Formats: sequence, C-alpha cells, structure tokens
Amino acid sequence: LSAQAPPIQVPQPKRRFGRSREGTMRERLQGIAFALPALVVLGLFVIYPAYYTVRLAFYKSDFLFSFTNYVGLQNFRDLFQDKDFFDISHFPPSGAVFNNLRWVVVYISLCLILGLALAVLTIRVRYESAVKSVIFIPMAISATAVAVIWLLVYSPNPDIGTVNAVIHGLGGNPVSWLGQENTVNYAIIIAYVWASTGFAMVVLSAALKGIPTEIIEAARVDGAGEWNIFRRIMLPMLSLPISIVTVWLFINVIKVFDIIYVMTQGGPGTSSRVIAYTMFTETFSGNPGRGAAVAVIMLLLTIPVMVLNIRRFKSERVMT
Amino acid sequence: VATRAETATLAQPRTLSERLVRWISRSPVHIVLLAIAALWLVPTVALLVTSFRPRSDALSSGWWHVFSSHLTLANYGQVIHAGGMGHAFLNSLYITIPATLLPLTFGAMAAYAFAWTRFPFRDTVFLVVVALMVVPVQTAFVPLLKFFREHGHLNTEFYGIWLAHTAFGLPLAIFLFRNFFITLPKDLIEAARMDGASEFAVFRRVVIPLSVPALASFAIFQFLWVWNDLLMALIFVSDPAKQPMTVKITQLLSTYAQEFHILAAAGFLLMAVPLIVFFALQRYFVQGLLAGSVKS
Repeated sequence: LSAQAPPIQVPQPKRRFGRSREGTMRERLQGIAFALPALVVLGLFVIYPAYYTVRLAFYKSDFLFSFTNYVGLQNFRDLFQDKDFFDISHFPPSGAVFNNLRWVVVYISLCLILGLALAVLTIRVRYESAVKSVIFIPMAISATAVAVIWLLVYSPNPDIGTVNAVIHGLGGNPVSWLGQENTVNYAIIIAYVWASTGFAMVVLSAALKGIPTEIIEAARVDGAGEWNIFRRIMLPMLSLPISIVTVWLFINVIKVFDIIYVMTQGGPGTSSRVIAYTMFTETFSGNPGRGAAVAVIMLLLTIPVMVLNIRRFKSERVMT
Repeated sequence: VATRAETATLAQPRTLSERLVRWISRSPVHIVLLAIAALWLVPTVALLVTSFRPRSDALSSGWWHVFSSHLTLANYGQVIHAGGMGHAFLNSLYITIPATLLPLTFGAMAAYAFAWTRFPFRDTVFLVVVALMVVPVQTAFVPLLKFFREHGHLNTEFYGIWLAHTAFGLPLAIFLFRNFFITLPKDLIEAARMDGASEFAVFRRVVIPLSVPALASFAIFQFLWVWNDLLMALIFVSDPAKQPMTVKITQLLSTYAQEFHILAAAGFLLMAVPLIVFFALQRYFVQGLLAGSVKS
C-alpha cells in the first residue's frame, strides 16, 4: 500500500475570471437583465453612498450634507483629540474607541466561553434541546427589547431591580449599574452577551456533533480524561467554527448601537459611547464631516472581514 | 450470574433507582446547566410578570412578589391605545413586509443570473457583492438621507426605509441564494431549456420551487432583522406617525422612565412576533441565522 505511486500531476490550464464571457449575446443580455435590479439598488444605495461618505470625511460640510469647506484630514485629527472619542491622558484610557475595545475583549470572550461550555455540556443531557432553546431565544428579539429587559434587571431600586434585590438580600448596598462610569460599559456588555451567547452555542454545538465519535471513543479507551479530550481533540477540531463565531461577534461589536441608545443614550455623560454611537451623535448634532470620518473608520475596521469572506468564498466555491 | 447482571446494569440502567444513581453521578453537569438556564430565563420572566402587574404594585415591589398581587391586562390596553403601540405595530408591519419581499425577489433574480447565466465580469461582480455583505449601514446614512430628502421626501413615506433595508439585505440574499441555486442539478435546468422554456420560466418554475428552504431561511432572517431594527428607523422614518415599535419604545422610555409595567407591556408587544416566528419556524430560523452569520 505504501509503495503506491504518487498521483500524476497533470498541469491544468488556470481558469480565469473571464470564463463567463463564453455565452452568446442573447444569453449575456438575459443574465444581465436578471442581475440588473439588484445591481442598480446596490450601486445607488450602497456603493455610491459609501463613496459619498468617504469623500465627505474630508469636508466640514453643513446641515445639507454637501461638500463644502474642504478640511483635509482635520476631521480625523479632531476626533482623536476629542476626549469623548479617544482619551489616553489617564489610565485606564477612556472614550468611545476604548469602550469599543472593552466590548471587543469582554463581549467576544464571554460569548465564546459560555457558548463553548454550553455546547459541550448540553450534548451530554437528554433535555439538550430545551436548554438550547432557552439560551437561544434572546437571539430572536430586538436589541431594543433586550435593553428594556435589562433596564429592569439593573434598576437601582432594590425593591424592583433583580440584581440589586439579590445584593440587598445578601446585606450589600444597591449599586446604580448604569449610572456610574466604571460599571456602565460592563453592565451593557453583559446584557448583550445574554442576547448573543445562543448564536455561539448553536454554531459550536453543530460543529461538535460533526466530530466523529470514534475519535473521542478511541481517546477514551486509551485512557484520556474528559479535560484532555476537550483540550486536545475538541478544541483543535473546533478552530474553524470558533473563528467564524469570532468574526461574527467582532462585526456585532463594530456595529453595536441600539442597545446603548435605549439603555443609557451613551451616558452617564459620554461614558458608554462606542464608535457607532459617536457616528450617530456627530452626524446629527451638526458635524456631518466628523460623523463621516467615524463611518470611514468603521468601514476600515470591516475591511479585514471583507477580505476574509472573499478568500473563504474563493477557496470553497463551486463553478457551473 | 450476579457479576453478569452487574455489568449489564452498568451499561444500561434499567430500574428507576439505577437511573437515579446515574443521574446523581452526573449531577454537576445537570446543576450547572439548570443554573445557567434559570439565569437566562430570569430577566425575561421578570419583564413578563411585570407587564401583568398593576401600576401600584409594579412601582412598590419586585416582580418576585407575583403571587401576592393580582394580575391585569390593563398595561397592554394602555400602551396599545394611549401609548400608540397599536399604531406602531402596524407601522412595523408596513415597514417589514416590503423590506423583506423586495430583497427576496431582487436577490433571487440576481442569484439566478450569477448561478445559471453567463455575462461579462459575472464572477468579479459576485465577489464585489460578497464584499458588500459587511459594509456598515453607517456609511450610507448621510448620502441616503440627503438623497431621500431631495427626491420626493422619501423619508417622510415608507419608501426610504424600504429602499435602505432592501439595499443592505441584498448582498446576503444574493450570496445565500447563489450558493443554493448552484447545487441544483444541472441536467434539470438544461432539460427545461431544451424544452424551449424561457430563462424566466426556468427561474420561476424550476429554480424557485426547488429553493424554498433557502428562500424561507433568508425571508425569516430579513423579516426579524428589519422588525428588530432601531437605528435605521430612527434615521430613515422622519414622520412620527410612521415610526415602528422600536422607535416608539424609546419615546415611551423617556416619558415613563421607571414605570416598568408600561415599558414591560410595550417590550412584550415588540417581542411577540419574533417569539411566534421563533417557535413556529425554529428550524428555518436557526438555519437563517447561521446562514446570516457571514453578515452579522
């Protein structure tokens, strides 16, 4: 068996993108006709606006959002001198950028850890689907509803707010979770973790079930403990789904807005703002140029994900 | 004989007591899971209970006193009529249904073009569509709003928000449908063409009927996406009489602040449709969300 000759490599002509030009004129026109409505909408309402916003980022602009008063990179410079956006004058640094960074670290890691733990644990019990439903349901509801739900949980009144009632019951003093700068970001993050963990769990659980049971059984027979099976077999085999979930969570973090708008309006003061929130307030408080600069920053942050999506698609695509 | 019986029980617990022993030996797993599940349920249950409690009770005591207070539907009546949530519910429907059907239709047509027809730069254009999936809506706010304002005040009607949601739903629709259409048997489509069916007939009578699962997954994803959206409604629905429930709730919040009996009832009205969709179409729903994971 080992003496088998290696498969002969036949050089294949490299398939080029222009292949689709083979069609006849009639075929081409029909194809374009089918694609046209969508392409017109995308061109007019996604691509052209993106170009417009990038250009606007170099203007001061006005309430009509026109290209008036060219300022070069001044909008970006202003943003990074704005203490509400970027403040490294003290430790820990603050501002929307660093709040977003907190989101990246805390939100992503909590969702992944909880999702993974739930995927591994639920697979062992008979009421698996019931537990999964309970965790997954928040995925269906809007961030606005999630915000209302957690406003009640965090209510500073220990007679009404669940968390403070527990603290009060244990003899502690009630905390205004959303009313003070050092807790507000983490409080909102936890509410959003509650809403998003279901996604991580479902993806990772499906991937976990795809691992052939023979591999795990064989490891067990060889005397591997549960922790080692998890660490040395499951985790490496889950690396692709984990990266998919991470990317999804990352995009969620870049775009997070609704829950903050409803829970705190970026407050107290400006202490729970994130970049998407700054984009909204700058644009609609008379600084459309600066708002556009923030939108450009958001676009730049999503470009690695764009490249990743295209690469992944190219590597697994099927051609007709 | 006794030994054999013992081995048998170890492998397959038969009696109640054996099952009980097995259950207890795995109890850490059960305890952790049930605790997490309970923790996950509490916030929603708290809001649900609060939505049925009369004002005086909800303002003075916590939801856990549910058994000592009488429950009422009055809060729902109040938010639906006086609070304007009934009207906002209809607005949410007016916004969501076209904003789901438009990308569904245009997306399926474009996906057919990308999967089963040939035209210049087809694959390059498709890669651009894939790239557009993660473009943040923020990059379109200002230009779209300007465009809507200057072209027939589309933002004071529903057209503006329909177009915005259609545009930002399309890349995902095209991506999903194209990847599904391409798995359909080539012979089937060639045979239909041989029989003289027009491209539209092939699309309408062969491809669409075979693609219901993919179409349903996207439709559910997009429906919930639009239904649950606050940000785009804040920006593209300028007429207060046309605002959906998500926007209405933020206004109730500024009026009622700590009056959770009102906020809770409003919140549950907003959640009702997604929850019904979730329980009725759970399979498509999960598929749709998984498929949508390439977007966000």
